[in-house]
Amino acid sequence: MEGISNMKHGGVRGTFLHRILARREITLLVIIVLLVAAVGIRAPRFLQPGRQLSILNDTIILLMLTLGQLAVILTAGIDLSVASNLAFTGMAVAMWNMMMPGVPMIVLVGASILIGASLGAFNGVMVAVGKVPPIIMTLGTMSVYRGMVFLISGGAWVSAHQMSPAFRGFARFSFLGLPSLVWIGVLTTGLVYLFLNHTKGGRELYAVGDNETAAGFVGVSANRAKIKAFVLSGAIAGLTGLLWVSRYASAQNDTAIGFELETVAAAVIGGVSIMGGSGSVPGVVLGAVFLGIVKNALTVIGVSPFWQMAIQGGVILIAIVANTLVDRRNQAKLSMNGVSA
Amino acid sequence: MVRKIVATGLVLLMSAAMVFAAGRAEGPADDDTLRIGLLVKSLGNSFFEAARDGAMEAAAELGDVEVIYQGPSTPTAEGQIEIIDSLIAQGVHGIAISSNDENALVPAAQRAQRAGIEVISFDSAVAADGRSIHLAPSDDELIGRSQVQAIAEMIDYEGQIAILSASSTATNQNAWIEWMRTALEEPEYANMELVDVVYGDDLSDQSYREAVGLFNSYPDLRGIISPTTVGVAATARAIQDEGLVGQVELTGLGLPSEMSQYVQDGVSQNVALWNPIDLGYAAIYITYHLLRGNVEAEAGAVIPAGRIGDIRVGEGLVAVLGEPFVFDASNIAEFADIY
Repeated sequence: MEGISNMKHGGVRGTFLHRILARREITLLVIIVLLVAAVGIRAPRFLQPGRQLSILNDTIILLMLTLGQLAVILTAGIDLSVASNLAFTGMAVAMWNMMMPGVPMIVLVGASILIGASLGAFNGVMVAVGKVPPIIMTLGTMSVYRGMVFLISGGAWVSAHQMSPAFRGFARFSFLGLPSLVWIGVLTTGLVYLFLNHTKGGRELYAVGDNETAAGFVGVSANRAKIKAFVLSGAIAGLTGLLWVSRYASAQNDTAIGFELETVAAAVIGGVSIMGGSGSVPGVVLGAVFLGIVKNALTVIGVSPFWQMAIQGGVILIAIVANTLVDRRNQAKLSMNGVSA
Repeated sequence: MVRKIVATGLVLLMSAAMVFAAGRAEGPADDDTLRIGLLVKSLGNSFFEAARDGAMEAAAELGDVEVIYQGPSTPTAEGQIEIIDSLIAQGVHGIAISSNDENALVPAAQRAQRAGIEVISFDSAVAADGRSIHLAPSDDELIGRSQVQAIAEMIDYEGQIAILSASSTATNQNAWIEWMRTALEEPEYANMELVDVVYGDDLSDQSYREAVGLFNSYPDLRGIISPTTVGVAATARAIQDEGLVGQVELTGLGLPSEMSQYVQDGVSQNVALWNPIDLGYAAIYITYHLLRGNVEAEAGAVIPAGRIGDIRVGEGLVAVLGEPFVFDASNIAEFADIY
C-alpha cells in the first residue's frame, strides 16, 4: 500500500532527505517564505514575533477542517457540507450550554464530535451504499444541515452573555504559552497523520482513491473506506463547530458560511489531488497556513476591499500553478534518473 | 335559480359592507376607545415583543386606546396581508405596521385605508402609497454623528480611530460612514484622525481578522467604531484576546444581547441601537393623534409623543424617532434579555 501512494510522487524510495525534497511541499514552503517576506517589507509589524502566533491561531480551524477534507478527497470524494456541519454542531452545543451551563466542557467536546460524526456518517453511507456522487450528496447536505441550524435556533443567536465562562474560554485558555485552540489543532494534525500514514484503515483511503477496482482485488472495502473518510471529516467539523462558537463567543445561523470552499482551496494548494489517491498531511498544513497568511496579510497591507477577493483568488491560482509546474519537473527528472520503487 | 339568489344575496351583503365601511370612513367619535392594531413582522421575536410593551405603555398613558398585537408566525408578507384583512373585518381604527415587504403590503394597506382605517408604518416601512406616516428608528445623519460623538468621549477627543463596517457595498453602512466623515470635520474633533475603514462582511471570522489587522497596522490606534452587530462583537472579542482593553476603545451599533458581555467586561463603554420599546410607544402616539385629528399627516407636522417628546414629520412623510438608544453597563443586561 505504501507503494501505491509513493508512485504518485515519482516512485522515490531513497533517503529521508530525498523523499522530502522530491515533494511539492518544499516548493510551497519557499512560496510561503517569499510571501511573508514580501508582506513584511510593506508592513514590518507583520514580522514581529507574536504575530505568527495570532495568524496560526486564526488558521487552526481551517487547518483542522482541511484535514477532514483531505481524508475525503483521498477517496476521490469531496465534502462540501463541512461548514454547515460546523455551524449546526456549534449552534447545538452552544444552545446546550445556554440551557444547562453546568454541563462540563468535556461532555460538550464529546457531543460535538459525536454530532459531527453522525452528520458525516450520513454523507458517507449515502455516498458509499447509496452510490450518490459525493459532490451531489454533500451539496445537498450543505443546505440541509444549514437549514437545520435555523430549525433548532429558530433564527436566534446564542450570544456571549448566554454562554458559561468555561464555554467562552474553552478555545483560548493558555497552556505552555499557546492557546488551547492551537494545542487541539496540533493534536488533531498528529492523530490524522498517524491514521493516514500508519494504520491500515488510513492507507486504505489512498488505495481506494488511487484505484478502487485494484483495491477491491486486494480485499479493501471501498465502501468502508469512504464511510470512514466522511465520518472523520464530520467529526472534525463538529469539533471545530464547538471551537468556532467558543472562539467568537457567538453562535449564529450563518456561521462559517462559504467556508467549505476555503478547505477545498487549502487542500488543493497543499498538493492534494482532487482525483483522489494523493495528498499528505504536511501538504495540507502548508496549504492552510498559506491561505491563512494571505487572508491576514491582506488586512495589514492596506489593499482596497474591492480588490481583496480578486487578489486572494489570484494568489491561490499562482501558488497552485507554481506548485504543479515544479512538481511536474521533479517527476520528469526523477523518471529520467530511472529511480523507481 | 339557487345560484341567482346566492349571487344577489352576496351583492347585497357586499353593498351593505361598503355602506358600513363608508360610514366608518368618517372616523371615530370622540368618546370611542380607539382600537389600534400593532402588526409586526412575526410573533415570537423578542424585538417586537418589546415594541408591544412600549405600545401598551403608550395605551395606558393615553387611556382611551386598545392595542391589538398581531403578527404572522413566520415573517412573510402573505401572513401580514391576511392579518390586515382580518383587522379590517374587525373594524379597528388604526394599524401600525412593521412590514416584511415594502411593496407587497400596499394593496392590502390601501384596502384598509379605503375602509377608513389610519395606516402608518414603523421600523420597516410600507411604500408611501400604502400608509400615511412612516416612523423610522433613526436617520443616517443622527447615526453617523452620534457614533463619532460616542467614540470621541471615550478617547478624550484625541487620537487615531478606524471604522470596521459590514460589506463595502452596504448602502446604509456607507451612508453612515459618510456622515461620520462629515462629522469628523467639525472643530471639536480636530485632534481625531480617521485612519482606515475596513470591512468584515458581517462574518465573525473576517471581522475579527480585520480588527487584528487594524491593531497591527496602527499601533497608536485609540478607538474603533463598528456600526454592525457581527462586526462590533467580533471586534470586542479581538480586543479582549489581544489584551488591548482600555487601550483601544470600542463603540458601534449592536444588539444588546450580543454586546452585553463585552460592555459589562468594560471592553466597550457603550454601544447603541434602536430601542424597540420606544418604537412601539411612539407608533401608538402617532396613530392616536392622527385618528383624533390633532395633527395632519404632512411634512413639517409635529406630533407630541409622551415621554419621548415631539416627533417631526419630514419629507416623504417619514418621521424620525431620534438618536440611537445607548446601552451601557447600567442598562444593557436588562435589554439583553429582550433582543
